[in-house]
Amino acid sequence: MKDDSVKHPQAAAEFLKDRAQAKWHNSAIWWVRQKRDAQAKQLPEWEELRRLAREIKAHTLSQLDDYLAQFEANAQKNGVTVHWAADADEHNRIVHGILAARQVKKLVKSKSMLTEECGLNPYLEQRGIEVVDTDLGERIVQLRHEAPSHIVMPAIHLKKEQISALFHKELGTEAGNNDPTYLTHAARANLREHFLTADAGLTGVNFAIAETGGVVVCTNEGNADLGTSLPPIHIASMGLEKIIPKLEHLGVFTRLLARSAIGSPVTTYTSHFHQPRPDGEMHIVIVDNGRSDILGNEEFYQSLRCIRCGACMNTCPVYRRSSGFSYSYIIPGPIGSTLGPSRDMKKHGSMAFACSTCGSCSNVCPVKINLHEQLVLHRKKDKEGKQ
Amino acid sequence: MQTEPCSCLSEALRTMKIGLFIPCFINELFPHVAMATLELLESLGCEVDYPLQQSCCGQPLANNGDSKGACDAAKRFTDVFHQYDYVVAPSGSCVSHVTHHYDWYIADNRDYQQLKPKVYEIIEFLQDVLKLEKLPKPVYFPHKVSIHQSCHGLRELHHASPSELMMPYHSRLEDILKLVDGVEVLLPERRDECCGFGGTFCVDEPELSTAMGEDRIAQHEATGADYIVGADPSCLMHMGGIIRHQGKQIRPLHIVEILTGRGERT
Repeated sequence: MKDDSVKHPQAAAEFLKDRAQAKWHNSAIWWVRQKRDAQAKQLPEWEELRRLAREIKAHTLSQLDDYLAQFEANAQKNGVTVHWAADADEHNRIVHGILAARQVKKLVKSKSMLTEECGLNPYLEQRGIEVVDTDLGERIVQLRHEAPSHIVMPAIHLKKEQISALFHKELGTEAGNNDPTYLTHAARANLREHFLTADAGLTGVNFAIAETGGVVVCTNEGNADLGTSLPPIHIASMGLEKIIPKLEHLGVFTRLLARSAIGSPVTTYTSHFHQPRPDGEMHIVIVDNGRSDILGNEEFYQSLRCIRCGACMNTCPVYRRSSGFSYSYIIPGPIGSTLGPSRDMKKHGSMAFACSTCGSCSNVCPVKINLHEQLVLHRKKDKEGKQ
Repeated sequence: MQTEPCSCLSEALRTMKIGLFIPCFINELFPHVAMATLELLESLGCEVDYPLQQSCCGQPLANNGDSKGACDAAKRFTDVFHQYDYVVAPSGSCVSHVTHHYDWYIADNRDYQQLKPKVYEIIEFLQDVLKLEKLPKPVYFPHKVSIHQSCHGLRELHHASPSELMMPYHSRLEDILKLVDGVEVLLPERRDECCGFGGTFCVDEPELSTAMGEDRIAQHEATGADYIVGADPSCLMHMGGIIRHQGKQIRPLHIVEILTGRGERT
C-alpha cells in the first residue's frame, strides 16, 4: 500500500538529493517515451487513431449505464457471474467471499492496478489467503513490500543490482549476479511453482466489450493466461469505465495501447475471456469506487477515458525527476494527479500542483485527455471550495 | 521612437491600431524586450499604442487556483485592449493564457469574445498578419543559437510541431531566423522538454524546477550554442537565473532582440 500522506514537493526534493539516481530514472523513462515516438511515427494514421479512440470512449461514457447493463446481460449469458461493487471495501468483500466459500488458500494475480487501488492484497492476507503477484515488476515490488511506482512498469525505480540483492534474499539467487536473464529465469521458476499450486487466479481488465460480454487482458509475460488456465476459478476485476461498445472498436485501442505504453507495436498476448473453463468458474467484479462521481463532473469526467497506458508518466518531466513514490495517490503522474484530487483533494491536493503545465501529457495521451488543464482546474476548484 | 516606415505594409495594415501588451514581469525585469518589440513594430510601419492601464494577464493567479483574481485580471485586460485592431505581446505564455484560458473565467463577456482572435504573440503577428519577408533593417548575427520552444507557445499556440504529435515538422522561430544573416540555428536534444519554470510551479516545487532548468541548460550547452533563443521571457528568465547563479557562459536571448539587431548588446 502507498503512503498517502506524502506531499509532492518534499518527496521530490528528497528524491533529487541523489542526483545520479534521479538522472538515471529520468533517462530510463525517457527512453520509453522515445520508443513510443518511434512506433507512433510508423503509423500515418496515428492522430486519426487518437481521435477515434477519444470519440469511442466519449460516446461510451455518455451512455455508460446502458452499455454496462448490456455487458452484464451478455456476460451472464456466457455463464459468467457478474458482481457489482460500489467501493473498494465491497470489491474486497466480494473477492474474499468467492475465495473463502471455495477454501482458496492461494491466489495468483496479474495485471491489476485496480486491486492496488482497492488494497486487496492486505485485505486477503489478513484473512489467511496468500496472494502472489505474478507479473515480474509487480512481484518485485510485492517482495519489497512496496507499491508500484508506475502503472505499467511497477519496478522502474529499481536498478538490476537492487533486484539482484532482493532475489538473493527472497529467492536464493547467487549473490552479486546481476544478469537480467539469470534473474528473470529465477523469478520465472519461482512463479511457476505458485501457478501450479494456486487455487484461483485474478486478473485486471483492459477492455470489456458490451456486445459480447467478454473481457480482454493485454499482457507481455503471459501470466494472466497461466493464472486463469491452471486454477479452476478466474476472477476479473474491472473499473466500470473499461467498457467499449463493440468488438470492432477493440482494434483502435490495441493499436494505441502498447505503442503508447512501452513502444511496442502490440502486447505479446491479447487474451479474450468469454466464459468459464469446463468445470470452472468465472466471475467479473465491476467496481465503481468513486468513478460515478467523476463521471458526473463536467470538468473531470474525461479522465475516465484513460486506458492506463502510462504514456503521460513517461513524458512528464516532473514524474521522471521525482518517481512514482512522490505522489500520494496509487496512480502517479499526470493521470493520477487528476484522478487522485478528484477522489480526495485534501489528501492528494499537492499532486495537482506537481505540474509545470507543459502540456506534453495531453499530447501523448492516446485518448486525448486534457490532462494538464485538468490539474489547473483542480487548483481552481480547490480554492473555490475554500472561498 | 520613430523610424522610417517600411513601404511593404499595405495601407490597411499601416492604419490599424495595435495595442502593445507588455506582460508584468517583462515590464519590471526585461524592459529591453519590450523596447525591442515596440521598435520592431514601429520600424515596420505599424501604429502602436501602449495603454498605461494594463496589468498582469492573470495567469499566475489562475494557475494557483485564484478564480476571482484571474477573473478580475481577465476583465481588466479585456477592458483595456478590446478596442484595438490587434493586440501584440512578446510572450507566448501570456498570450496563450488570454486566448486559451480566459473562457474559464469570462466566457460570456462579449468584448472578450471579439477581442480573442485579435490577440497575437509577436512572431505570429509578424508572420501571419504582416507576412514579414524581410526585416526592416538587415541584421547580421554571427552566432550559434539553440532554440528554446516554450511549452505554451509550442503546445497551445502551435509555434512548432510538438515532438509528441505525429505531424509535419514546422517551427516559427526557425523560419523567422532565416531572415537573419550569419546565424547558425541548433536544436537541443529532447527538442521541446520543459525548462521547469511553470510560473508558480517554481515556487511550489523549487528543487524540481531547478533540476529541470539545469538539465535543460545542459542540453542547450551541449549544442555548442552561444545563446539560448526563445520567444518567451519567462523560460529565459528561469534559465537565465540558473546560468547566472552557476556562472555559465551561454546566454538567454529573446528572439525580438535578434530581429532588431539588439542581440549583441545584451
